[in-house]
Amino acid sequence: MVKIENSMKILIVKSIKFVQLIKESIQRIFPQLIAILVAFLLGAIVLIFTGYNPVDAYYSMIIGAFGDIYGIGQTLTQATPIIFTALAFLFSFKSGLFNIGAEGQFIVGAFAAAITGIYIKNIPSPIHIILSILIGAFAGGVWGLIPGILKNKFGAHEVITTMMLTYVAINFTGYLVNYPFKAPGWVSQTLQIEKTAQLPRILPPTQLSASLIIAVLLAIIINYILQRTSFGYELRASGLNPLAAENGGINVKRTMLYAFIISGAFAGIGGAGEIMGVHYRFIEGFSPGYGFDGLAVALVGGLNPIGIIFAGLLFGALRSGGMLMSRATHVPLDIVTIIQALVIIFVAAPTLLQYILNWRRNKS
Amino acid sequence: MNITDIINIGLFTATIRMATPIALAAVGGMFSERVGVINIGLEGIMLTGAFTGVATSYYTRNPWLGVLASVFSGALIGLLHGFLTVTLKGNQIVSGTGINILAVGVTAFMCEVIWGSRGASESVPALNPISIPILKEIPILGDILGTHTPIVYLMFLIIFLSQILLFRTPFGLRLRAVGENPAAADTAGVDVTRIKYIGIILSCMLAGLSGAFLSLGNLNLFASGMSGGRGFIALAAMIFGRWMPYGTFGASILFGFTDALQIRLQSIGLLPPQIILSIPYIITIIVLAGVVRKSTPPSDYKPYEKR
Repeated sequence: MVKIENSMKILIVKSIKFVQLIKESIQRIFPQLIAILVAFLLGAIVLIFTGYNPVDAYYSMIIGAFGDIYGIGQTLTQATPIIFTALAFLFSFKSGLFNIGAEGQFIVGAFAAAITGIYIKNIPSPIHIILSILIGAFAGGVWGLIPGILKNKFGAHEVITTMMLTYVAINFTGYLVNYPFKAPGWVSQTLQIEKTAQLPRILPPTQLSASLIIAVLLAIIINYILQRTSFGYELRASGLNPLAAENGGINVKRTMLYAFIISGAFAGIGGAGEIMGVHYRFIEGFSPGYGFDGLAVALVGGLNPIGIIFAGLLFGALRSGGMLMSRATHVPLDIVTIIQALVIIFVAAPTLLQYILNWRRNKS
Repeated sequence: MNITDIINIGLFTATIRMATPIALAAVGGMFSERVGVINIGLEGIMLTGAFTGVATSYYTRNPWLGVLASVFSGALIGLLHGFLTVTLKGNQIVSGTGINILAVGVTAFMCEVIWGSRGASESVPALNPISIPILKEIPILGDILGTHTPIVYLMFLIIFLSQILLFRTPFGLRLRAVGENPAAADTAGVDVTRIKYIGIILSCMLAGLSGAFLSLGNLNLFASGMSGGRGFIALAAMIFGRWMPYGTFGASILFGFTDALQIRLQSIGLLPPQIILSIPYIITIIVLAGVVRKSTPPSDYKPYEKR
């Protein structure tokens, strides 16, 4: 009897703790939730003013994103590359850098993985897959290293260089896929990658591939690295206060360089996964701006790897739902971009909500 | 093929033309950084300005009203950027990135709403080139500078006035002081917040004008993404020009030249277009890496906390 009572007590204490934990996490993500809500409200106002019905639009968006297995598969498929690029942005941000050029690293990684998938033949599938991903990571890492060197050696601000390198990446891969590596036909695309380099699809008949599993695992690993390893500590210290970190014996310049490389590599893996899991070939303009979504997702995810997974799902749902919305209600797909940008603007200033509340209070 | 097919008077005329949007945005970026706020939203403001100008000209059939609307749209975004970064002390780069993405979304969305295509607008009444009477008669120089859209001449005037405003007026002194040492400026009785807002809004108005040049001065339509990274190139020009109006202008001429060269090389078809299109971006990176070390920014870009 006493035993049961004791275990009941433990259970109650545990469930109270659990409720508290949930309460705390809701409090922590409250500003982000408000930002998302307000962004959707403003998006609705835009729709009303341009003569569309926001209820219809948002309804078809939700149906498109979650209505059936295709929708869910599409949502998860769209979320996958965004989670990678968000992790890339997060890693640079934690070390005090603004890698806003994940789009370029993503595309370069995708192209390198495609080439590995096409031209290396007759090797076992697992090795081919790992090799393609590693080469994608390497290419993205190199593309991330360039702004790192430019900043360390010459002091060139990474916001400008990563952005310039994104344009170079788009044009450079555009050249490669239109001339030396162009498959026969009218479309600007490469040949198909070998079967051995294709990632397994995990939710047939949708396009969802094992790339999502890699993304989630990567998020968990990054969470561990940032929180529990000395490298993660050095990274965060360099980001928070470079001068103090340097005095504390951390080689800030070297840490930053690593952060650039790793950040680029994450984006590169994302690009590789997109080719190996979804398209099976490199197609010019295949990325609708996943690299730029990553920045928003990292911020909405509260600059936390686990939060990024959930924020990535939201943005994936926006993209997949947006497609059905656009077909069903003829609302331009760009409303999705507008909503995303509004979310970024609202999370840029976390004190916005407080400001509005104070203003209302002062008024009354 | 002859070298004169590439390098001729037309190339230098195009240089002036292509330097104009970069110079306007770069001087704009300078005003914002002089008051201690980074403005990486220049790219988005240019795009918004380009769109607003064309939309206004489409409905009013008056390109000059379009230019005014472009500048006004810049001012509105400046107000937003100022509110987020000065009043709320939010992250300047995140705010700027949000503005850039918002511009891409809003312009493509509205382009589809108005013209039924998210790619490009219809042709609208645009600004006609004007000739400067005496200047036009001078050989070579007259060919290069004599006949342009009025915004080109406006750009020269703005560069000149900016230099005077910044270094020869009490207001310019306040602008610089707020960026360099806000606490000292505050002690001397300068309204730091107000000056910061003015600097940012001025900055964004110039970027809006730059956008109007792209759509109404250089062409007669809006095309999605037509700013093509020029906002970021303008930031590089500002740094290369060491946050000085004349220096910024010189750097803009250099970047305008690479842009003009790129267009010229494309029309000849010597290299694949993708390679040629990369030239301005690569040159920007090289220039930025080559010179930036020697220059000191005019501010530490931290939000000002009143003590």
